[in-house]
Amino acid sequence: MPRDRTTRILLGALLVLLGAGPFLPKWAMFMLNVSLSWGTVVLGMMLLMRTGLVSFGQGLYYCLGAYAAGVSYAKLGIGDIAVMLLASTAVTVAVSAVLGLLLAKYRDIFFAMLSLAFSMILFGLLVKTSELGSTDGFGLSVASVAGVPLAEGWDRYAVFASAVVVAFGAALGMQRYLDSHTGRLAGAIRDNELRVEYMGASVRRVIHLNYVISAVLAGLGGGLVGITIGHVDPEMAFWTTSGEFVFIAILSGTGNVLAPFLGATIFETVRSFAYEYSPNTWQLVLGITMLLVIVFLPGGLWSVFTRRRTP
Amino acid sequence: MSVILEARRLNKSFGAVTAAADISVGVQRDSVVGLIGSNGAGKTTFLNMVTGYLAPTSGSIHYGDRDITGMAPREITRLGICRSFQIPQLFDNLSVRENLRVGVGIAARCARAGGHTPGEAGEIDTFIERFNLGGYRDQLAGLLPEGVRKLLDIAMAVAGHPNLLLLDEPTSGVSADEKFRLMDMVMGALKAQGVTVLFVEHDMEIVARYTQRILAFYEGRIIADGEAQAVLRDADVRRHVIGEELHPGRAEAAGG
Repeated sequence: MPRDRTTRILLGALLVLLGAGPFLPKWAMFMLNVSLSWGTVVLGMMLLMRTGLVSFGQGLYYCLGAYAAGVSYAKLGIGDIAVMLLASTAVTVAVSAVLGLLLAKYRDIFFAMLSLAFSMILFGLLVKTSELGSTDGFGLSVASVAGVPLAEGWDRYAVFASAVVVAFGAALGMQRYLDSHTGRLAGAIRDNELRVEYMGASVRRVIHLNYVISAVLAGLGGGLVGITIGHVDPEMAFWTTSGEFVFIAILSGTGNVLAPFLGATIFETVRSFAYEYSPNTWQLVLGITMLLVIVFLPGGLWSVFTRRRTP
Repeated sequence: MSVILEARRLNKSFGAVTAAADISVGVQRDSVVGLIGSNGAGKTTFLNMVTGYLAPTSGSIHYGDRDITGMAPREITRLGICRSFQIPQLFDNLSVRENLRVGVGIAARCARAGGHTPGEAGEIDTFIERFNLGGYRDQLAGLLPEGVRKLLDIAMAVAGHPNLLLLDEPTSGVSADEKFRLMDMVMGALKAQGVTVLFVEHDMEIVARYTQRILAFYEGRIIADGEAQAVLRDADVRRHVIGEELHPGRAEAAGG
């Protein structure tokens, strides 16, 4: 899909979602809210996958982002959505910048497992920390957006609008980045690291940068989910959460910045309905969905749109 | 003429195998030098040491007046030494144009190339034209015929604006009737830029035609170094490199 068309779709979606928000039923707004947040997380995974890396530990940053937002509210008394999301960003940048020094040396299964290990360390730490509610986690709420107090009954819409704006900004920013020189190196690194080094660019620096970007997007997604649900708990760092992000990423495909949002929405929809209509077999439904996508659309759902153009 | 590259008493061993034994050699700026030798003679090891892929066991390598021993390939590339590979190292899932775009993009961001960037798009087109890749512009590198892959591999090395270019067997995998056309094209493209070239080659016809000087390797040592025709006539070279006893006819022809 041409770049300007993607931008137009993004802008259109931004306006439609912001405009339709107040009229949406609560359940739909909630589902979209979660989908947009998860799409933001998966957008970061997409960048890593384009670089040739699969992280099984994005739950680490997802959870850190959520806890940063939660701690801002519960411990520091800050209920401003913008500030809470800034906290998510700051914490994930700091942690990923340090861990990236180590992880940028690893590839393939080693990268995947090491990132998983770090997320499980966070899970273990949070479970043992009674000040943060141990396994139960703790609740949070919102009071304002960028200093503007929220009128009665508008808090849900404010959270929703924040998710829309963050997702839009992330997608647009990612599109710009992928089209920049450094962004283009992702595909080159996936194909041939040796050649990239032999042309004078540092593979590790690019991987480190992409790792930090993916961490920030996971953190923002986590922060948004935290304030959407009004609760954070250590499960957000558990490996099954990270597994779901991998699931959505494969479901979506890496072809376009819109793909993760489409994938996340379909995932959330399938899961919600499967859970409602067959509570004991919803994993089965998800499993079959995945099977069908891998067999018939190996390039992910997005390849439905690009299939005809590629011979 | 000044010396652009100098190796001083280079040694490299892999366990019991000696890949480089006391190699001392200097390369003049703007010359074209051929490296010949049978498989395992140490030619590629020499290239790998010069480009930083392998560190010598002892000895040093100097580029201009800089000691580059032990530097990483990336740093050495930035100083102006670029290489192509025996087996083309391309970005298989990117098109020819995108491959060059990455190369040109990286070079443009290295300080050394700061002066001459007449727009990246224009430069990519120049390389496509100069290396006759126009017909393959939008094809994925992974799907190209071997000869074209070889050309693209060399084009990407040249895209780094080298002062010293190392080519590892530029004509291997290229059909006999295409190899001269390929070398004419490569050498023509390089002449336009004023580049010192060092190339490893098994084909004696190619070496005889395009080089002024030849270094002959045997068991990690340089057994002959000099003007091309003289080296090709050298008795040791004929015995150890060209294989006179096995192929007297061919050696005669190559020795010319």
